[in-house]
This record gives sequence, structure tokens and C-alpha cells, in this order.
Amino acid sequence: MNFNHKFVFLLPGLLVLIGILIFPIVFTVRLSLSSWDSFYPGLDFIGLDNYIRLFTDDKRFWESFFRLSFLSVTTVFLQYIIGFSLALMVWKDIIFKRFFRVLFLIPMMTTPVIMTVIWRTFFHESLGPVNDFFSLFGITPLWLSNNILAKVTVIIVEVWQWTPFMFLLLLAGLLSLPKEPFLAASIDGAGPIRKFIYVTFPLMAPISIGAIIIRLIEASKIMDTVYVLTSGGPGTATETSSYYIFIKGLREFQIGYSAALSFTYLIIMIISLTIISKLLVKLLIKKI
Amino acid sequence: MRTFYLTLKYLIITLWSLFVIAPFLWALSTSFKDFNSVTGGATYIPWLQFEPSLEGWKVLVRSPAKGGVDIIEPYFNSIFVTCTASLISIILGTLAAYALSRFKFKAGFIKNNDITFFFISQRIMPPIVLSIPFFLMLGFLGLLDNLFGLILVYIVLLMPIAVWIMVDFFNKVPQEIDETALIDGCNPYQAFFKVVVPNSIPGLIVAGLFCIIFGWIDFFFAFILTFTEVQLLPVKIVALNSSVTPWWSLSASALVSVAPLIVVAFIVERYLSKGNLSGALK
Repeated sequence: MNFNHKFVFLLPGLLVLIGILIFPIVFTVRLSLSSWDSFYPGLDFIGLDNYIRLFTDDKRFWESFFRLSFLSVTTVFLQYIIGFSLALMVWKDIIFKRFFRVLFLIPMMTTPVIMTVIWRTFFHESLGPVNDFFSLFGITPLWLSNNILAKVTVIIVEVWQWTPFMFLLLLAGLLSLPKEPFLAASIDGAGPIRKFIYVTFPLMAPISIGAIIIRLIEASKIMDTVYVLTSGGPGTATETSSYYIFIKGLREFQIGYSAALSFTYLIIMIISLTIISKLLVKLLIKKI
Repeated sequence: MRTFYLTLKYLIITLWSLFVIAPFLWALSTSFKDFNSVTGGATYIPWLQFEPSLEGWKVLVRSPAKGGVDIIEPYFNSIFVTCTASLISIILGTLAAYALSRFKFKAGFIKNNDITFFFISQRIMPPIVLSIPFFLMLGFLGLLDNLFGLILVYIVLLMPIAVWIMVDFFNKVPQEIDETALIDGCNPYQAFFKVVVPNSIPGLIVAGLFCIIFGWIDFFFAFILTFTEVQLLPVKIVALNSSVTPWWSLSASALVSVAPLIVVAFIVERYLSKGNLSGALK
């Protein structure tokens, strides 16, 4: 094919994406070197002061980052286990197969913030059904205002919302598997558990890695749920990195400092996601 | 042993199904309550436990001047922004995906895979990182609090999804079909539009559905980049939450706003069961 045609196909998309993104990224870097805040809104140059403050004098950012890591790894792990089990269950013939498939997909189609508003009423400490149930045992757990339980609530909501996505990717993977290995295993007399360990799981390993990484990327952005459900509280018990940057930048208007936070956060995310995906590939593929 | 497995399987499926529908049932029940039945503690069954009222639903169709919640305009705004951004992303994304799947690119150490990765990696970008510069940039352009500003931002969110799905899909469409078209005398554009696109309808639909889902459920950018002139649905509903918290109209409007995408779940399932998704999502 002619040399020029390929650029006609590629460039519109690439240029639009770069065109929209180039300014924000360059500008974030530039902002991070300034002291722009609500008192002095302007692009001065203060060198690396913001970064020095970030690395030496901001425990709250690092705490929010570790909290984010904990929350996203836990939710994605749970989503993987539950999503994989559900996908295995509706993979082969069961009654109302298509009904269950649709039902299990529904949560990911709903807007997270809107469902979180509903969850907030669901977990309401005196008027919600959850505590109505627990009051039968004479206890009223403080789902949204206890340090640990607030995290649990965020995890429950995230698992409800996004397990369907994991389920979808894994079920699509299961449905695309070749039939021969399963036939061979049956002929060799393998039971369902051995079939899973020696055939299904290894065949699903590449798809699993893809699904886990996609979910980790999305989970690392947790912010809407936290904003509506707990506003980062009680105290800072559910504050994630994104939410902390949001407070610094668009609530306290420390624009320069929050740009430094954003940029650092982005770099950390890219590095850690690369390491995690390399590790996962080693861990899951080597087993075969 | 087999009955044990089966019982366990159906038990888990039932429990998870209950978990999935619980918030919807709760919202449905709450939407028929009024002030007294909400503050009286958790109740579930109308007539038996509380006197149902249509207040929550009536508020949605009343004009704002009479204390109603206007969700009709935000509804159309949301539909407009989501569909336009999805359409643009699909068109640009499909063209780029076709190029990446069929032609070889090389510029120094940058090859096809690197360009594909560049597209997809935009999903890694946390929204918060983009929000402040976008806020200032759209301010300069006069596009703050404007639907077209939002569309611009959503293209960044959605194009990576379109490219991700379409590159894999085109890799599975046999290359012979475009070669045959070229031999028959088509130029590359005719080959693409007359032969490749009609053969890629399932992939295009799946990519379109995913763009619509991820556009429709976004809250953060709509929240930061619009204020009063234009409002999208999620922002409007979350704003209800912060005021006196009228749970009944909150639940009613939440149900109305999640309803259209539940139709999407049925379409996605159809493509999943037909096996079309397995090719498109890997």
C-alpha cells in the first residue's frame, strides 16, 4: 500500500489526543514550579520548593497514597475472586443463564456517584436497612463514621460497582477458550477441581492479568465514591490521593502545590503499575 | 457430592443476586416514601409498613419555580455530551486502530505497539491530574461551563477505550478482505469504508457501548468543569444529596437516571453470548 495513506488513518486521532493533552501536561509541570495560590494567583518561579515540601513535610499525602494502595489492591483482589467465581458459574449450563448474566452486569452500567448516594442512605446509621438488620442483634455499627468501618463500606460499594466489569472480561475470556484441552482432560478422567487447576486457570492466565491491570488502573482513581460516601472522613480515614489533591487544589486553591502533587502522583502511578504488571506476568505465567 | 456442588453454586448465585438488586429495591421503596416514613426508621413494604406517596416522582416533573427538581434538561445534556463524545471517539479511534492494525509505523524506536500503548495508557491518567489545567485551559478558551468543553475532555477519556477494543478487533478481521478489495480496484479509503467497516459492525457496537457506558458514568469532570449554565445528570443528583436530603426524590431521580443504561446491559449480554465479545475484549 501507498506510504501516505497510513498517516491519513492514524493522524486525526493521534493529533486530537495530543492536542487536547499537551497543554494540560506541560502546564501542570510549569504550575508545579510556581507558588500559585488564592493570595498570589500568578505564574512565578520558585524552583523545586513544592517538591521539597512534598517529600519532606507532607505526611498526609503519603498516608493518603498508602490508603489508596490498600483500598485498590483489596477491592481488585475481591473483585477478581468474586468475578471469576461468578463467571465460572454462569459459563456452562445453568437455569436462567442469560438472566443471571444480565443481572450480574447491571451494576457497572449504573453511574457510581448516583449509586453511592443510594448506598449512603442504605448504610445510614439510624434510618438505613443495614443497621435495621443489625439492630436485631442489638448493635448499630457506625458504617460511615468509624475509621475501619468507613473503609469497609467504601470497599463494599466498590466491589458492588466494579465486580461486573471483571466478570464481563473473564466471562468473555472463558467463552473464547478452545474446547480441545477440556475434552482431553475429561478423557484423562480429571474432576472439576483438577480441570480448573490444570486447564482453565492456566488458559485464563493472560486474560486474568489483563483484567486485573485494567481494574487496578481504574481503581487507582477512586474518588467519586469517596467524595459522596464519606468526603474522605471520618478525619482522613478514607482520603485517597486523588481526593487529597482535589482538596488542596480546588478547595484550598493551592494550585501550584497541588500541581506538584498531581505530577508526583502520576509518576508514582505509572511506575507502580508497570512493576505490578511485570510481577503479575511472572507470577501467573510461570506456573504453567 | 454433586448435589453439594450444585447447592453451593445456586446458594452463591442467589446471595450475589440479592446483593446486586438490594440497593435498587431499597431505592424503589424509598422513592414512594415521604418525610414521615423516612425519618421513622427503615421500612420496606408499602401499605403494610408505610403509606406510599408519589411526592418523590411528582417533584421530577414539576417546574423548579414550584419546588420541583428539573432533571429533564440535565438528562438531555448528559445524552448529548455522551453521544457526541462517543461518536467522535469511535470515528477517530477506529481510523487510528485500523492504521495500527494494518500498517507498520516506525519512527526511531517508536513502533506500532508503542503508539497503541500511548493511546491506551491515557486511561492511567488520574482525572484529578488533568482537572486543574483543564479548568484553566477551558477558562482561557471560554469553554468553561459549556457542553463543548466537556465533549473535548470526554474525547480524551473515551478514545483510548475505542482504540483498545478496535485494535484487537481489526487484528482478528482477516487481512485478505481488504487485499481483495484493493485488487478489485478500490483505493485504501474505499476498501476501508466499503469492506472493512461493514465487516466490523460487532466490534464497532461493542466499542460504542463501552464509550457510552464510561461517558455516561463520569461525574468528576462534569462536577469540576460545569457550574450553573449547563449541568449533567450525575452532578444534578449529587447536588440533591447535599441539601436537605429529600431521600424520596433522590431515589426517584437516581432510578430514572440509571434506567437507560440497564438496556445496555441486555445488549452487552447478547453480544457476549453470541461470542462476539470474546474477540473484541482481550
